[in-house]
Amino acid sequence: MNAIQPRVGEPVIPEMELVQAAKRGDVAAFEDLVRRYDRNVFRIAQHITQNREDAEDVVQDAFLKAYENLEQFQGQSKFYTWLVRIAVNEALMKLRKRRPERTVSLDEEVKTEDDSLPREVADWSPNPEQQYTQAELRDILTRTIQGLPPGFRTVFVLRDVEGLSTEETAEALDLSIPAVKSRLLRARLQLRERLSRYFQKRESGDGNK
Amino acid sequence: MKCSEFLQELTNYLDGVMDERTKAELEDHLAWCHNCYVVCDTTKKTIEIYRDSQLYELPEDLRGRLRAAIMAKCQRKKAGPQSV
Ligand SMILES: [Zn+2]
Repeated sequence: MNAIQPRVGEPVIPEMELVQAAKRGDVAAFEDLVRRYDRNVFRIAQHITQNREDAEDVVQDAFLKAYENLEQFQGQSKFYTWLVRIAVNEALMKLRKRRPERTVSLDEEVKTEDDSLPREVADWSPNPEQQYTQAELRDILTRTIQGLPPGFRTVFVLRDVEGLSTEETAEALDLSIPAVKSRLLRARLQLRERLSRYFQKRESGDGNK
Repeated sequence: MKCSEFLQELTNYLDGVMDERTKAELEDHLAWCHNCYVVCDTTKKTIEIYRDSQLYELPEDLRGRLRAAIMAKCQRKKAGPQSV
């Protein structure tokens, strides 16, 4: 059943052993878990809250909450999936606080059906990201993903950026697998559509922006 | 297969989760439908660009400060009463 496969040349203490040790009161073991996942939690929190200070709070609150509730973690899922679930909830609470005028929910359905239908079907240049400096590219990517509804960008970030499986994403977000799949498809298509503006092959002239 | 049907399967196709027959049908569609080919290709690039983008990297100094704050609170929890 246990699918932990340590990579060669990298003596990794299995996650569950760290969790068990932390449960027994070994704070250093918990610190190892923090080191292992703090970057991921920060990234996820930034993507959801779109605010640096909020993301910092989420990192602290999520790990503390995990520590306080370790007893309740039974190991049916990976610790990381469980932690992500806590972090996503903390991040959504922050987002709701900042934007009380808009309901923020992972369940929100987008009204129009064809918002994801491709309109831009021009091919991209071979290495689109090289048309821009690092800073420009980061700016484009950030603004583009921020334009997605929270429920869509969260699914995209967990699946495609953090590499969680469909099942893990469903579990972390408390969504059904079909819901994760349909959101992921629409998130991907909408991002693609928006990025096309920047990355399209220029027919006339050269790569002037 | 219609383009709309192709789109419905795009995510499964990109994630490589589908049976051989569906896969063959999709690839058949891709072979003659340029629009779907472009959408498929640029969607794949979209995912790759985000995956490689390193947006929101946690700076090391901030990382250290956050971890210290977390661990201090955990120590306090451990030392304190079992309530809350
Ligand atoms: Zn087509």
